[in-house]
Amino acid sequence: MATIDLDRLIKRYGHTTVVHGIDLSVRDGEFVVLVGPSGCGKSTTLRMIAGLEEISGGEIRIDGRVINDLEPKDRNIAMVFQNYAIYPHVTVAENIAFGLYRSNLSKSEKRQRVEQAAETLGLSQLLDRRPSALSGGQRQRVAIGRAMVRDPAAFLFDEPLSNLDAQLRTQMRIEIKRLHHRLGTTSVFVTHDQVEAMTMADRIVVMRDGKILQVGTPLELYENPVDVFTARFIGSPTMNLLPASLRDGGADLSLGGSVQVPPATATTADILVGARPQDLVPSSQGVPGLTVSGTVAVVETLGSETLVHIEGAGQTIIGSAPGRQIPRIGEHLTLHAPAERLYYFDKATEKALAAR
Amino acid sequence: MKAAASPPGLVMPHIRPGRILAWTLLFIGGVIMVTPLLFMLSTSLKDASQVYDLRVIPETPTLDNYIEILGDGRFTRWLVNSTIVAVIVTLSNVFFDSLVGYTLAKFRFRGRYVVFIAILSTLMIPTEMLVLPWYLMASQFGWIDSYWGIMFPGMMTAFGTFLMKQFFEGVPDDFLEAARIDGLNEFTIWWKIAMPLVTPALSALAIFTFLGNWTAFFWPLIVTTSAELYTLPVGLSSFAVEQSIQWEKIMTGASIATLPTLIIFLFLQRYIVRGVMLAGLKG
Ligand SMILES: Nc1ncnc2c1ncn2[C@@H]1O[C@H](COP(=O)(O)OP(=O)(O)OP(=O)(O)O)[C@@H](O)[C@H]1O
Ligand SMILES: [Mg+2]
Repeated sequence: MATIDLDRLIKRYGHTTVVHGIDLSVRDGEFVVLVGPSGCGKSTTLRMIAGLEEISGGEIRIDGRVINDLEPKDRNIAMVFQNYAIYPHVTVAENIAFGLYRSNLSKSEKRQRVEQAAETLGLSQLLDRRPSALSGGQRQRVAIGRAMVRDPAAFLFDEPLSNLDAQLRTQMRIEIKRLHHRLGTTSVFVTHDQVEAMTMADRIVVMRDGKILQVGTPLELYENPVDVFTARFIGSPTMNLLPASLRDGGADLSLGGSVQVPPATATTADILVGARPQDLVPSSQGVPGLTVSGTVAVVETLGSETLVHIEGAGQTIIGSAPGRQIPRIGEHLTLHAPAERLYYFDKATEKALAAR
Repeated sequence: MKAAASPPGLVMPHIRPGRILAWTLLFIGGVIMVTPLLFMLSTSLKDASQVYDLRVIPETPTLDNYIEILGDGRFTRWLVNSTIVAVIVTLSNVFFDSLVGYTLAKFRFRGRYVVFIAILSTLMIPTEMLVLPWYLMASQFGWIDSYWGIMFPGMMTAFGTFLMKQFFEGVPDDFLEAARIDGLNEFTIWWKIAMPLVTPALSALAIFTFLGNWTAFFWPLIVTTSAELYTLPVGLSSFAVEQSIQWEKIMTGASIATLPTLIIFLFLQRYIVRGVMLAGLKG
C-alpha cells in the first residue's frame, strides 16, 4: 500500500506537450479515477507512473520516494492493460505466475499464491486452460490476477473494461470495486466512461488537454462542477445548457422562458443556465426556478423514468418524466426545474458562477 | 438461390467455366513441374546402357545405383556436409534475424531508420555481385575450403530480418510492457514472450532458409576445393565431370537429395502454406 504524488508532472513528445504539469496526490488505499476525453493524456499520465514512459519534467513520488528514474520493475506497481496483455502461448496459471516473476518465493509458495488469486477471481477451474479458451471477462480476470499475486504497492488500470460488452462491464466494475475494498490497495483507474468514473471512484480527476480541470468525489463533481466541461462530462444524460441574459431579479432565456433567482456573482450579462435532465420535470411552476417549454420530439422510456426531448427555438432540451407518465410526441410540454437545482456559467469563460 | 433448372432427383453439380479453366491451368502446371522429377526418379532406376532410352518406366529397373551411391563414402560425406551447413545456417537465421528484426520493430533509437534502410538495400544486390567480395573476404581470413567459409555469407539475411521485423511489429506493445512491469529483462521478453507469438513466421523463415541452403550450389562450389567439404549439389555436379557424364548416378544422388525436402514438405505442409501466405510470397 502506498501514496502516489504527482508534482508538476510534464510529458513532451518532441515539441508538443501532452501533459502540462499536473499535480495530484493519491492517498493510501484510495481509488482514484482519471477521466477525460480521448487524447487528453490519461494513459500517458498512468504510463509515467508505471515507468513505461519517460518523464519530461516534474516528479513522481511513491510513499514519498522520488521514483522518476526507477525502472518499471523496481516501482512495485502492477498494471492492467486495455487488451489484457495475457499471453496466448501459456496457460492461465502461467500467465498469473508472470506477476511473481521476480519474487524469491519457492515454487510451491508461488503455486499457492497463484491458486489463491485464482480462487478470489473465480478462476480455479480454468488454471490449465489457454487464454484462447476463455471469455472476455475471464481474460480480464486473468490480467487482474496477474497484477494481484505480487501484492503490489499500487494498481494501475488503463481502460480495462472497454473491450467488454455492456453487461459484463457492469459486472466487472462491481468486482473490481469489491476487490479494492478487500485488498485496500491504492489504485489509479483510467477510463473515458463517466459512469465507470462515478460508480468506482473515491475521487475523480477530470482531465482535458493534458491538464487537470477538477478533482473531487463523484458527488462533489456532480453538485459543483467548476466549469461547463465538467458539468457536461459528469452525469447522464448530459446537462442542458441554455444561453440567457441577466436582468434584475432573474434572467431571460434566449429561447424563451425565464429563470427566477439568478446567481449572485455574475460579472457579465451573458450566462449559461444548466439544468440536469433529472431535475427538469413537467410540473406546476409554484417554486422559483427555470421554466422552458417546447414540442415533444423524442420520448425514451427507461421504466424508472422517461426521458423527454423537447424542441424550442432551435435547441433540444432533455427533461424527464416520472415512470408511468409518458408524454405523447408532438404534444406541447412545459418543464420546470427548481432554482436550487440549477447551475450557472459565464458564457465567455465557461467557468461556474457562484455556488448555488 | 434460384431453383435448380434440372428436374428433381437429378442433382447436377453446377460447374462454372472459370473453374474448368483454373483446373486445366493447374493440371498443365502440375505436369510441367512433375515431369522432370519423374524422369529423375526413372533415370535413377536405370543402368548406364538404358539412360538414353527415354521411357518413363525402366525396362529392367534396378537399385544398383542407389546401392553404389550410398556405399560410396564421398556421397554420405556430402550428405552430412549439407545437413551440417543447412541446419547451422537455419538456426543462426532464426536467432539473429529475429533478434535484429525485433530490435528494429520495437525499440526507438537514434539511427534506427538508417540501419533498417541499410539492411533493406542489401536485398537489391544480386548474389552474383556479392560472390567476389565474399571470396576476397574468405581468402583474406583463411576461410576458403572450410565449413565456416560455406556458411558465413548466409548466417544472417536481410530478407529474414525484414520478414521478422514485419511480424514483430504486429506484436502488441502491451504484451511487452506488461512483462517489463513484471520484471522480465529485455532478452527474456524477446525470447519468452515475443518469439512464441511469431512462431508461424519463424517456421516459414526456417523452412525457406533450410531449403535455400540445402539446394545452394554457386557459393559452395566456389568456396570449396577439396571433395570432403563439398555439399550435395556440388558433389553431385562433380559426378558430371569425372570421366564421362554418369547421368544415372547424378539422378540417383539428386533423388536422394530431394528426399529431405519432400519429407519437410509433407510434415510441415501446413506451416509452409501458412508461412507463404503470411510472408506474402508467391509459391
Ligand atoms: N508516442 C507518441 N508520440 C507523440 N504523441 C503521442 C505519443 N503517444 C501519445 N501521444 C499524444 O499524447 C496525447 C495523449 O495521449 P494519451 O494516450 O495519454 O491519451 P488518452 O487520454 O489515454 O486517450 P484515450 O482515451 O484515447 O486512450 C494524445 O494527443 C496523443 O496523440
Ligand atoms: Mg488511453
